[in-house]
Order: sequence, then structure tokens, then C-alpha cells
Amino acid sequence: MTITVNGINKRFGKYQALNNVSLDIPEGKLTALLGPSGSGKTTLLRIIAGLESADSGRINFAGQDVTGLHVRDRNIGFVFQHYALFRHMSVAQNIAFGLESLPRKQRPSRAEIHKRVTELLEMIQLPHLAKRYPAQLSGGQKQRVALARAIATRPQILLLDEPFGALDAKVRKDLRRWLRNLHDEFHFTSIFVTHDQEEALELSDQVVVMSQGNVEQVNEPTELYARPDSRFVFDFLGQVNVLPGEVQRGRLSQGKAWVTVPGSRHQGSAQLYLRPHEVRLANEPGQYAHLPLRIESVSLIGSEVRIELSPVGWQSNSPDNIWEVGISHAEFNQQRPARGDLRYAVPEVGHLFNDNDSQPTTINWAEAASAPLVRLIN
Amino acid sequence: MSTASQTGAATPQRRLRQNRSKRVLPGFGLSLGISLLFISLILLLPLTGLVMEVSAMSFNEFWFVVTDPRVVASYKVTVLAALAASAFNGAFGLLLAWVLVRYEFPGKRLIDAMVDLPFALPTAVAGITLATLFAANGWYGQWLSKVGIEIAFTPVGIVVAMAFTSLPFVVRTVQPVLEELAPEDEEAAVSLGASDGHVFRRVIFPALWPALLTGVALSFTRSLGEFGAVIFIAGNMPYVSEVTSLMIFIRLQEFDYAAASAIASVVLLVSLVMLFAITLWQARHLKRIEGR
Repeated sequence: MTITVNGINKRFGKYQALNNVSLDIPEGKLTALLGPSGSGKTTLLRIIAGLESADSGRINFAGQDVTGLHVRDRNIGFVFQHYALFRHMSVAQNIAFGLESLPRKQRPSRAEIHKRVTELLEMIQLPHLAKRYPAQLSGGQKQRVALARAIATRPQILLLDEPFGALDAKVRKDLRRWLRNLHDEFHFTSIFVTHDQEEALELSDQVVVMSQGNVEQVNEPTELYARPDSRFVFDFLGQVNVLPGEVQRGRLSQGKAWVTVPGSRHQGSAQLYLRPHEVRLANEPGQYAHLPLRIESVSLIGSEVRIELSPVGWQSNSPDNIWEVGISHAEFNQQRPARGDLRYAVPEVGHLFNDNDSQPTTINWAEAASAPLVRLIN
Repeated sequence: MSTASQTGAATPQRRLRQNRSKRVLPGFGLSLGISLLFISLILLLPLTGLVMEVSAMSFNEFWFVVTDPRVVASYKVTVLAALAASAFNGAFGLLLAWVLVRYEFPGKRLIDAMVDLPFALPTAVAGITLATLFAANGWYGQWLSKVGIEIAFTPVGIVVAMAFTSLPFVVRTVQPVLEELAPEDEEAAVSLGASDGHVFRRVIFPALWPALLTGVALSFTRSLGEFGAVIFIAGNMPYVSEVTSLMIFIRLQEFDYAAASAIASVVLLVSLVMLFAITLWQARHLKRIEGR
């Protein structure tokens, strides 16, 4: 069931929570609504569910206008961040609630309900906890029960509001994988809200990045990461190293730092955005860049060695005035960088934001070196 | 032996001190002591006096006093009227709490404050006011008497007085629980397709039920002992509209302190048993819900 969101506006008093939002949610896909708090993502999800009503705009499910339809008639499954299990009902009673709430004519028999509940309990791997009460379950178990309850009536749309927000890291990872499998098995059209970019990129088929009531960008996770459309998406998705400066005659400079910006005809102030994996560290400045940095810390935990550096003789406007570069463990063992060492950053790929442009120009120095003509990638 | 006891004595003492320092706020001993002292002075000592007075009687004397037909009739009137009043309060108090928590309307604060009026008002004042209102020539009474309903000076009047004085118990016990109900629970129920009635019956009411029962029980026990408000409106006809607390008062006026205490002890016992039963039931219920 495709979901179409058309020109949704929502105000809370003076605060514009959603600003003319339009979206297409493809059928059978898992879509993430990603954004910082206050970006309107939860409000949008609640409007799609029918728990909140929009001031203007329309919602369609599979081409049918459901804007005026009550939540209970939209046939959606909704999962809350804090589970919202009924405390006075056992796990089995919680799961059966939706089936027992059906109008008498559609309601399955007692035996059928029992069968379906048993089936769902097995699916969430908690058949032994059927008689327990929610207070006796762990967070991860509660959220699985909440999921089973939401899909008991076989809705075609599953909406999840920060489903893993209240869980600790390990449980979150397990449950994420489990949700992905569940989704692939049943082919719901799912939307989940999250402020965790890693979760959004890892779990979803499509990511909708939101900020201040607007949709910033919609794309597949890999595309989104490789080609952010705006400074906001860039900043929001992962660590970023920034060199702000002035462009003059094909060169961006600030203090002791400079980088050539082949192909940019812009003159004036601009910012260069670089992902940690798009930068190498060298003992000598490269041909295209002079970016002296001092090593502040080296973190060996993880699949990559993370090195934090502070600019020498120039300023970055990334948080704490720190640049972050990732190198492989093999490289680390060869070079043995240590705190206090001076290094030069050599960018390979970068994204230049001119002051009056919202979209970046991507610069590829490696290619520029091999080809005389500069290739511009949007 | 002596060495063993010396080393053994050192550790428990240290452990005790460590335990003590773990408390965030000091003065547990002092505060508990003061609480117990005042509970003794205000509650236990007078109750002991009552029991002392009763224990001076033989069992036959006691039984004779408490099973006197006029007294037994008063039990019946009191219990039935208290049941009716607390049932009414259960329904009306729940409604009032619901309106006060769920809706915004002008004058909400005023109504919220007025709920406590029955507690603030001297019960005698309440009794006289109600009697004047419901008397055959009163504001309400003149209309009610036209359709043949008499309230003042009948057992129904007792119910009215009891309901008036004990309404705040239900409202004030249900209100905070209703305020704390997570809106998500209702949203979850509705998103699962439940009708409004189903949501109330299966989700909201079960959550309110323990508080409502406590409120009704408090209202009931308070009604059992209500005196000031009731006697002005009851008419106080023997065997028809005499309440038990009036019987105690009559015995006191006859300087029959022992008989008064005997009847009082019956009321006390019923109230205590009820409150204990409710507390126990509630503890069991909470244990299940909170998973302790």
C-alpha cells in the first residue's frame, strides 16, 4: 500500500511543526523519517496514522483519501517509543487486544484468536512469557510484544515512533535486525521515526531527512550519504570536517591553510566539507592542499583507527574545532601516529558550499590530477 | 571464644554505620519516633480508652446493647444509606474527576476548588443547609414535593447528606490516577481499532478501578460515622431514620458511657475491617501491575 502525503501543514500555536510537506512512501519498503528533535518527524508520523490531524493537506493510502478517516478505521499498526502496553493485561491479552476489538461480525472465534496469539508469541520468540505482565518484562521484550500486538490484525501499514529509542545499545542492534527480517517476511509498508542516523541508514530502504518542518532530502541510504543535497543533511549525517575560507583564483584559503578548488568559478567566502574517509594524512603537504593539523587523540577501538586533530594556524568551524580522520589499522601500524605529531591533511574528495548556493559542488582531486579537465559531480 | 566475639562484634557495627550513612536524608529515627508518638496520642490512646470502657462490660451486657432492636434498625439504615451514598459518589465522583482532568473550560479551577468544600464546611452547617433546601417549602423541596418525592426527614435525606459530605474522597483519589494515565495507552487501543466504549471498559477503567474502589471505600466508611450533617435532615424517627452515630449520641445523653462505647466499637470494627481489606487487595493488585 503506497502512502502519499500531499501538502501537509500543521501548527501548534505559533510553532509551525510541518511546512507544506509532500512525500511518496513506496509500497513494501521500509522508510525512515530522520531528523533532530523538533523537525516534525513524529508529528508527520502521527498525522499519517490519524492520531493527529493536519491543518491542511491530504493523506492517501493506495490512492484512497484517508484524511478524514479515524485512526481506528485506517487499519494501521502503530508502535510507540515507550511501548504503551496495557499494564493490567498479560502479554497474551495485550496481543489479543486488536483482534478482540474487531466488530462482532469480523471478530474471529475465541479459538482462532488463541491460535493467532500463540503464532505471534512464537514469532517474537516469547511463548514462555504469555502469562507475564508487562512490568515483568525487559525493554526489548516489551517492544517485541508491542510489535506483535500492532501486527496481530494484519495491517498493511506499520508505523513506528522511535521504536528503539528507549533501549540500550546491544538490545537495539538485535531488535533492529529482527525488525528488518520481520519486514522482509511480511512486506508491510513501514515508516519509522528516528533521530539516529546510523539506525536510519542501516535499517531503511529510503530515508527522509527532515528539519524544522521541512523535508530536506529523500533518497536511498547510500545515495544520501554520498550525495547530500544541503549543508543540513551533510552536518546531520555523520562526522564532517569543515574548512571555511575565501575562494580566490581557484584556491580556498584561510590563515595558513589552503586548498585548490579546481572548476569553481566562484569568488568569495565558501566552506569545504570533507568526510573523515575522504581525507588522508601525510607527513608532507600535498600538491593541492596545505592543511597542517596536530594530532589530539588516537582511538583504536573499532574497525578503523579514529584520529582527532586540531588545526594549526587556521580555524575549522566543525564542533570543538576538531577534525576527524579514519585510517585502517594496517596504516596505523606502519605510520604509528602519536599525540602531538604534526600531519598534513590531503583531501581526495570534497564538497564545496558557496555562500549563495544551497547545493554543494563536489571536487575530486584524485581525478583532477589524472585528467586535465575537472569533472564536476553534482 | 573471647577473641572470636571481639572480631565478630567489630564487623556488624561497621556494617551498621555504613548502612546508616547510605541514607540520603538523615533523621529517620527522629521522624519515625515523632510520627509514632503522635499516632499514639491522637489515635491509639483514645481507641484504647474506648476498648477499656467496653471491656468493663460483660459479654452479655455488650451483646444486649449492640443487638437492641432500635440499634439494629439504625445499623440497617446507616449501612444502606452509606452504600447508596458511596455508590452515587462512585459514579458522580468519577464523572467529576473525568471532567476536571480531561477538559478545559472556563471556571475549571473554581470547580476544582469547590470539590473540597464539603471537607471545609462544618458538617452541621451542611446538614442545616441541605435540610432547608430539601424541606417541603425549600428551593428544591417545593418542586420535588409537587411530584411526590420527599427527601428531607426521610432515609433518602440521610443518603443526600452522606453523599454531600463524602464526595471529595472519590474525586481526590481518582483525579491523580486519571491525570497520570499515559495518553499513549488510549492511542494504542484506538490504533488497534477499539471503539470508544471498548477503550474505556478495557483500558481506562481497569487503570482507574483500584483508585475508584479506594475512594468509594473511604466515602463509605466516612458515611458510616457521619453525624453532624445527617441528624439535621434525617428526621430521626426511631426504627426508620435513625443512624448509628445518633444512637451513640443518645446513649451518651443518658450518661450510659459503656453502651455508647459498645455501639461505637461496632462501627469502628466494621470501618477497620473494610479499610484493611481494601488495603490488602490493593497491595496485591499493585504487586501484579508493577511487577514487584
